[in-house]
Amino acid sequence: MIRVEGLTKRYAQNLAVDRISFEVEKGRIVGFLGPNGAGKTTTMRMLTCYMPPSAGKASVAGFDCVSQPQEVKKRIGYLPETPPLYPDMTVDEYLLFVGALKGIPAGELARRVSDVEERCAVADVKAKLISKLSKGYRQRVGLAQAIIHNPDVLILDEPTSGLDPRQIMETRDLIKGLAGDHTIILSTHILQEVEAMCEQVIVIAKGQLRAIETLDSLIARGVGAVDVEIEPREGELNFPMVKKVLEQTPGVTTVTQTGEVRNNRVRFAVESSAGHDARGDIARAVVGANLNLNELRSGLEKIYLELTGTTPAAAVPAAAEETEA
Amino acid sequence: MRNIWTICKKEMKSYFSSPVGYLLLTMFALIIGFFFWNVVGYFAMMGQRQMQMGGNMNVNEFVVRPLIQNMSVVGLFLIPLITMRLFAEEKRQGTIELLLTSPISDIEMLVGKWLSAVFMYGAMVAFASISFFFLFAYGNPDLKPMLVGFLGLMLQAGALLSLGLFISTTTKNQIIAGSTTFGVSLLLWTFEWVAGYETAAWAKVMSYISVIPHFESFARGVIDTKDVIYFVSLTFLGLFLTARSLESLRWRS
Repeated sequence: MIRVEGLTKRYAQNLAVDRISFEVEKGRIVGFLGPNGAGKTTTMRMLTCYMPPSAGKASVAGFDCVSQPQEVKKRIGYLPETPPLYPDMTVDEYLLFVGALKGIPAGELARRVSDVEERCAVADVKAKLISKLSKGYRQRVGLAQAIIHNPDVLILDEPTSGLDPRQIMETRDLIKGLAGDHTIILSTHILQEVEAMCEQVIVIAKGQLRAIETLDSLIARGVGAVDVEIEPREGELNFPMVKKVLEQTPGVTTVTQTGEVRNNRVRFAVESSAGHDARGDIARAVVGANLNLNELRSGLEKIYLELTGTTPAAAVPAAAEETEA
Repeated sequence: MRNIWTICKKEMKSYFSSPVGYLLLTMFALIIGFFFWNVVGYFAMMGQRQMQMGGNMNVNEFVVRPLIQNMSVVGLFLIPLITMRLFAEEKRQGTIELLLTSPISDIEMLVGKWLSAVFMYGAMVAFASISFFFLFAYGNPDLKPMLVGFLGLMLQAGALLSLGLFISTTTKNQIIAGSTTFGVSLLLWTFEWVAGYETAAWAKVMSYISVIPHFESFARGVIDTKDVIYFVSLTFLGLFLTARSLESLRWRS
């Protein structure tokens, strides 16, 4: 559905996107993961024909983004980071305008508009001015705008940024509901988002492609490193005992404390020998030692940080403590 | 064609969903109404004197012509207010991303926007021209030269609006777009002054570039091909620059 080959974007001095190649199959939800400034937005803008690439090729549904932009644009729905809304229009007026702009025949327009209003849960504010809407509603109107012409491909730039937790959940559900009919690329710098929604992950950093993997294989890479939070069931925390319990768990190679002991709780990063899933053993060992296991997560963060090549801020004080001990 | 109309309709709506459209209509009508009152007052006084001397005065020459000339000049001041938001506001709001990723061509987009500005100016002229109908009630002016005057107003506006449209693509700040357009319009108006004291080739060129000498014939009620070509080619220049500017926007952004 989407094919990108050696895509490059060069601004005067700096290289925003550096020879990225990937392919996305039809009907997939793909997460575009990378830190801020990695080149996610630039790549998306090239895919949507907003700007031409400096070098390389991109094609959507078999149409080239440079030589057949009109065909590509017809098949793409795009939600930029800030939804492109006109504050002095009502939701109805806005969607009618966008619908006409995207080439929906006049006879079908009204029906399509009420369709997407229903689908994106904005029907109750359809007569309101967009300037009066809350951020969550604006985001959903932005989504409605992107899907109004029923495009093959949806490109969403940080669709949940700046929303409250409830709105994030609603937006994620909405996007997941759109998969299947549409191929979706969404960018994010939040790991949980990828975990919650995507089937495939494309990691980029500093304009370069770092990994293309399915979510499962990424998680499989993550099981070797687990983050745990432990709290004694009663009494004071016995730090050496807790650490010993973890270290003696079969398969575990290293145990590193991350962060300070706070509220009688302690966090560790536990690594096990390659390819070994020690999560069950860790859980059993901790509970067996009369401790509460507050949290156990596979260390996707670690892989993310490794892939994107940035140093985690939290790991620095932890390392310092280790040398002191 | 449909895309042009979609854009044009949206722009027309946005003039009137804010106070801008109403304000422009009112200010223009108010100013022209005041001018009309003055010109007619002066005409009545002069007319009485002429009658005592046995002469006769022409309404077209003494009322319509100065009024249309004044409309053209007042238009210069209001045209920046019409065009300044057309692209600058889209860039500021980020809605330019919607337009540039929709399946419409740049040409359709800019022609739609330009047309809406022309309609806006047309509405202002129409509203302000209500005064002229009183001339028909109390006198017998000639309609044809008056219509030629209006044609001139529209041609002149088309040219200046296209330049304003171009300037609006270069910034996301409406004030910058507006004041630059105002400066350019004013210079195009005053360039002909050099012809008053200089006869060299450069002075001839400058005075030819100026809008005012080309408008004079229309105010008199005469359609001169040379002047029509001047306004039409200036319009195309403005639209051409707008198209190029939009293209470079894609490459730079």
